[in-house]
Amino acid sequence: MNTRSSASIDATLRARSRRLMWRDTRHLLVAVMPGAAWILIFLVLPSLYLISVAFMTNGPYGQPSLPLSLESFRNLAGFGFLGWSPGNLYTLLRSLWQTALSLVLVVLVSYPIAYYITTCRKKWRPIMLLLVVVPSWTNQVIRAFGWMNLLAPGTPLSNAAEALGLIAPNLGLFPSNFAVTLGLVYNFLPFMVLPLYAAFEKLNHGLIEAARDLYASPVRAFFVAVLPQTLPGLLAGSVLVAIPAFGMYVIPELLGGGRAMMLGNLVATQFAAGSNWPLGAAGSMLMLLATFIGLFVLRRMGRKLGGGDEVVI
Amino acid sequence: MSQAPHGTPETMNSDHPRRGEAGQENASAPRQASSISIFGLKKYFDGGVVALDGLDLDIREGEFFTLLGPSGCGKTTLLRMLAGLDTPDDGQISIGGMDVTDTPPHLRSVNTVFQSYALFPHLSVRDNIAFGLKMRGVNSAERQRRVSEIAEFIKLGALIDRRVDQLSGGQRQRIALARALVCEPDVLLLDEPLSALDAGLREQLQIELQRTQKRLGMTFVFVTHDQEEAMVMSDRIAVLNDGRIQQIGTPQEVYERPANSFVARFMGHDNLFEISARDGQRLTTSLGELNSDDVNEGSLALIRPETIELSAPGTPSPHAPINLNRVEGRITERFYRGSNVEYRLDCGTTELMAEVSNSGQRLFKVGDLVKVEIYPEDIVILKDAP
Repeated sequence: MNTRSSASIDATLRARSRRLMWRDTRHLLVAVMPGAAWILIFLVLPSLYLISVAFMTNGPYGQPSLPLSLESFRNLAGFGFLGWSPGNLYTLLRSLWQTALSLVLVVLVSYPIAYYITTCRKKWRPIMLLLVVVPSWTNQVIRAFGWMNLLAPGTPLSNAAEALGLIAPNLGLFPSNFAVTLGLVYNFLPFMVLPLYAAFEKLNHGLIEAARDLYASPVRAFFVAVLPQTLPGLLAGSVLVAIPAFGMYVIPELLGGGRAMMLGNLVATQFAAGSNWPLGAAGSMLMLLATFIGLFVLRRMGRKLGGGDEVVI
Repeated sequence: MSQAPHGTPETMNSDHPRRGEAGQENASAPRQASSISIFGLKKYFDGGVVALDGLDLDIREGEFFTLLGPSGCGKTTLLRMLAGLDTPDDGQISIGGMDVTDTPPHLRSVNTVFQSYALFPHLSVRDNIAFGLKMRGVNSAERQRRVSEIAEFIKLGALIDRRVDQLSGGQRQRIALARALVCEPDVLLLDEPLSALDAGLREQLQIELQRTQKRLGMTFVFVTHDQEEAMVMSDRIAVLNDGRIQQIGTPQEVYERPANSFVARFMGHDNLFEISARDGQRLTTSLGELNSDDVNEGSLALIRPETIELSAPGTPSPHAPINLNRVEGRITERFYRGSNVEYRLDCGTTELMAEVSNSGQRLFKVGDLVKVEIYPEDIVILKDAP
């Protein structure tokens, strides 16, 4: 009797917990649905479409058509009807190099700026942060044109560089790789300054004093007590800078003068003038892959250096 | 006090780079502890607020010295100057006979246990402890050895392989202590290291800290605002207020013979009575006419609550000296503390606190009329605070 009643109680309880679970699931679904739908419609489906395009053949009018093939990937790797050429490989390497160089420069410029802002009086800090951010409210193209005017041959900056023997006569600072790097650094500065500022603002000065007290010189105290504390901000900023910089289109196009092509330009060309959608799709897949690898490496680095928990990507 | 047994364990007499030669000459000699002399030390904060007002102080070798005072009295500022984390505006600091006034912190053989412990969160416990040695360029094998030694000495046990964020407050405190001690500094500075801990643990660590100091024979400079903590641990105490030293002395001197009313109040004394007239040993105070053996000058009479004797009215006191002070009072409040009982008494013109050790005698009730006896040697005359 006892066992039977307890079994029936068990059954009721199980049924009830199933009902509760279903209710929780329903609530969860309702909460998640809009976001999931958004991601599905605007991210997953287009990505799937792009992937499928990458495996198609280029039609006579540049439209993707059947049959399915790996032709676009062969093209991307540099195999054309004239045999192999290293052009695309160079573009990829240039993109990586340009991204890495800009990232390093952005860090070197942002670090002192972010630190300086935290040393200012509290009421000035928002204003100074605003000053850092305000330029990015202007259209990227307009800012690129601004730099073109500043760096073109015959401008004071170009003349000064010429007088110092930094560039050949009459060439100007623009168009050049230098102009592209400068443009990238200028463009992405706020994305590094803001997370770094956040990290600096909660800097525990006690740790710096502890390091100094434990025989660390000022320079070593920076590396053992300041840098590790700002690492989360540094990594977050790196992600915010490196990913868009890697796929950058406007700045290399305008400031490079067509001579400093990056992966973004390659993709854009295929969708527009080049009229080879499958090749463009393959190029954007390569970009996506490179980005994922980069993120993975950064995450690993963050974990290893102990600041990774806060860099949630 | 400096002759305290230097129970320095062999492990602590490791061949320290700076003490190598001395150590080899006579390995069993007590460690060379440093004296500190401070002369005319001044510090102003922004806006001209005085933090330290021309401080002179000598701290002896191997002494447990405590800077005691309320917040804002300058004790932490002074400690930070000893560490080199703040620079004085004027004056001189020497440690072990060397002028270190302008020496940066990493070149001073001084280590600090910070109030917040300031452990490096991105390093393991082991790396935290080894930090100072690493910065000094001690090689890896030697570092390992010394970290293990100090871990054993401080009884860290299994904590050594934990992460810092897995530790409790008391454990962090020990790690912070180990991290400073492993460097074998000339002077160890402790900035209210126990203030964040709960009472039981605090008392336990007070005793441990004191034992550690005696075993190592190292000079400890301890900062606290807790007078009981200061008395339990210290060889000598300096009471500070408004950037000035009010009194320096052993715990007993400071507690029993406070130099002025500030020290008396800070040490927890309530029974201070103004002296309106004085004729030799005869004082006229707000408590009435009192006889005192004290010959010092001053405008206040201090009677410590535990020196006062209470008895029921009419109880004979056969061995009373001729100049025993007798007052009558009515009990207005009773605070039972277990080992002792405190009474607040209404003595007509003024209030009086009395503390009676609870040795099983009958307790008085609120409203009881009692006979108050105060011995002349227990009335201390002191100056008003400057």
